[in-house]
Amino acid sequence: MLYDRILIKYGELSLKGRNKHTFLDTVLRTIKHKCINFQNLEYERFYDRLFIILNNEDPFEVIDRLQTVFGLHSFSLCTKCESNIESIKTLALDVVSTEIKNPTTFKVETNRAWKEIPKTSIEISQEIARHVLKNSPQLTVDVHKPEVTLKIDIRAEGTYIMTRDILGLGGLPVGTDGKGLLMMSGGIDSPVAGFLIQKRGVGLEVMHFASPPYTSDRSIQKVVDLTEKLTKYAPNSKIKLHIVPFTKLQKAIFDYCPKSYGITIMRRMMYRICEQYANSNNFPLIVNGENLGQVASQTMYSMYAINSVTSMPIIRPLVTMDKNEIIRIAEKIETYEISIRPFEDCCTIFVPENPVTKPDVHKCLEFEKNFDYEVLIKECLDNIETMEIVEGKAFNVVTEDSSCPINDLF
Amino acid sequence: MIYLDYTSTTPVREEVLESFVQTTKNFWGNPSSLHKFGLISEDLLKMARKQMKDLIDAKNYEVVFTSCATESNNLAIKGIAHRKGNNGKHLITSGVEHPSVYHTFESLREEGYDVTFLKVNKDGRIDLEELKNAIRKDTILVSLMFVNNEIGTIMPIIEVGKLLKKFPKITFHVDIVQALGKIPVKLDEMNIDLATISAHKIYGLKGSGALFVRKGIEIVSQQTGGSQEFNLRAGTVDVPSAVSLAKAMRLILNDLDKSYEYVTKLNNKVRTMLINYPEIIINSPVEQVSPYIINFSVKGVKSETFVHAFEPYEIYFSSKSACSSKISKPSRILKAIGLDDDLASNSVRISLSHLTTDIEIDELEKAFKEVINNLR
Repeated sequence: MLYDRILIKYGELSLKGRNKHTFLDTVLRTIKHKCINFQNLEYERFYDRLFIILNNEDPFEVIDRLQTVFGLHSFSLCTKCESNIESIKTLALDVVSTEIKNPTTFKVETNRAWKEIPKTSIEISQEIARHVLKNSPQLTVDVHKPEVTLKIDIRAEGTYIMTRDILGLGGLPVGTDGKGLLMMSGGIDSPVAGFLIQKRGVGLEVMHFASPPYTSDRSIQKVVDLTEKLTKYAPNSKIKLHIVPFTKLQKAIFDYCPKSYGITIMRRMMYRICEQYANSNNFPLIVNGENLGQVASQTMYSMYAINSVTSMPIIRPLVTMDKNEIIRIAEKIETYEISIRPFEDCCTIFVPENPVTKPDVHKCLEFEKNFDYEVLIKECLDNIETMEIVEGKAFNVVTEDSSCPINDLF
Repeated sequence: MIYLDYTSTTPVREEVLESFVQTTKNFWGNPSSLHKFGLISEDLLKMARKQMKDLIDAKNYEVVFTSCATESNNLAIKGIAHRKGNNGKHLITSGVEHPSVYHTFESLREEGYDVTFLKVNKDGRIDLEELKNAIRKDTILVSLMFVNNEIGTIMPIIEVGKLLKKFPKITFHVDIVQALGKIPVKLDEMNIDLATISAHKIYGLKGSGALFVRKGIEIVSQQTGGSQEFNLRAGTVDVPSAVSLAKAMRLILNDLDKSYEYVTKLNNKVRTMLINYPEIIINSPVEQVSPYIINFSVKGVKSETFVHAFEPYEIYFSSKSACSSKISKPSRILKAIGLDDDLASNSVRISLSHLTTDIEIDELEKAFKEVINNLR
């Protein structure tokens, strides 16, 4: 492999103003953490780009890891030589002859940031192209739609040559903008919402409502596994998962309110619990996988009735997406197969046959007077069970507390 | 006892047996049960699958646990033939496959499938050009073994995988029973769609095997009943066997390089001894061959006679493969590599292990001298 470094270009964060440093520090810290297993890597930081010196690490494995970091626009495999025409010519030909074996079209693109080199960019491009072409029978020039673009970036410290740009995840580095609380049932939508909100730099904690014995350890295992998939994008590869014991409150709703309002009021209770938890931990927002029109509780009127219990921003990244678009992302982030495991969760039990699609806020308030939900909410909050989910660690809800050491079996 | 028949079966590793016993004692729940105790078994099953997939580059595969390699081979071959029979009825395999593959193809031929049995050269290897020419529009399956169980030949699986990449409609099944833990196997990288393994060939338990199935490949179950194992193999899943198979795989793959180097030395020692006897012809090839297997013929001496002659010394090796050795016919594999009936009936297989010691080979050498002299 001729390439000895990866050039990373930042995405949107290069547009930032005075707080740019915070963003750059965060993104570099995250990259270093994600690439911790590649011990030979070195980092060279410039004003608006970053070089990772490979020192014989596999570039594609490194890029796989970089594909978990938000805030990066693209990666290019590149190699470096001194900034003089002869060296550039030699290296350009080396790159072409190792990289390109099959007949194809190419062009050369030069960026001359260091003006002391005694030719214009166009002249340099032409000279390099001539040299490469003469020595590479497999190539023909096509300046309009080339298959391969040989990029030459001439700078004072040296010249970089690259052929391929690989797109990164884009977005903003996670952890630059505080944390949000993600509501996760175990379905297809919420993990996708969690992924998308991380893209905008929001760190996550996850909240799941469990209603044993109506829901089982298998449903908890599901959210554990889903959260694990999201840890990939967390800057320190860890996410806290909170399990709220919801049975008592859910049964009270069922006992004291009309069935058609059951889901609406349940969602209102969930928002109250999330808001109180978020407030006491200084999280400024709640995130969920709600989508307009998907089910009864997701009509505009339902959203209004449910949302009115809180003034905290509720961000719904999926609100306008079609199911197919959501599934496509779920497959990409490997949560789809986990989400479709067929277990009950708090949203699939006690589902009324005819849920109200235009719930009325005043009615909600009336029904909620039928029982002392404040006490039950406090009980939920006091009994939250929290686990820390770490990327790549198999975590089994049930076997975790078994007396026989499981790992010895393998 | 000096056991030199590790290709037939291996002794179980202490740790593997312990894993089987502990799982049987502590986690005997049915993984299909809804309750927590069943869930533990399900978790163990999941962990076993994950470990096995990670070990041979099979992230995008499912692991179907079976009772043995024969079952896995049947499931793979009939499963594909029956699923894709409407798209085409042409199947390709080689003439030197294990009986569980060879006879399965013969039975499919009776069902009306068109089977091409590729010829092999004197080394027991198929010719890529011949394979290329055999591929037709209606070809749905190519099934080959990675390492031949009688003579140790390594088939050009990597090259075949590359070739078949250009034919996405053809499923590629590989019996990796004699390759696993002995030479590097990477399913995804090698473009293998289905792979058969067996536990008792890698110091695991008898009655345990598996079939790796690339996700998206559909096969028809050969046994009706419950929906276990992704609907591919009905019947309560044997969790202790699955867990201990995962362990056996990990342990043998841990030492792959070290064992390979060690066994290669032993192999050279045996070969050096064998070439001293003019009546012995080594049938295993010299290149692209597993060092774990040495096959040779003793001119004028029937396989059985030769095997029995070593019993007084408590030295055990094999005539042909154990699955066919009770039938008193010249070896199909050796005939396929060009041996005449006589030599093919006189073949003997010594198979080695990381457990084989230098002293054992010395003992073998001594016994060899006496036996050959007596038989002359």
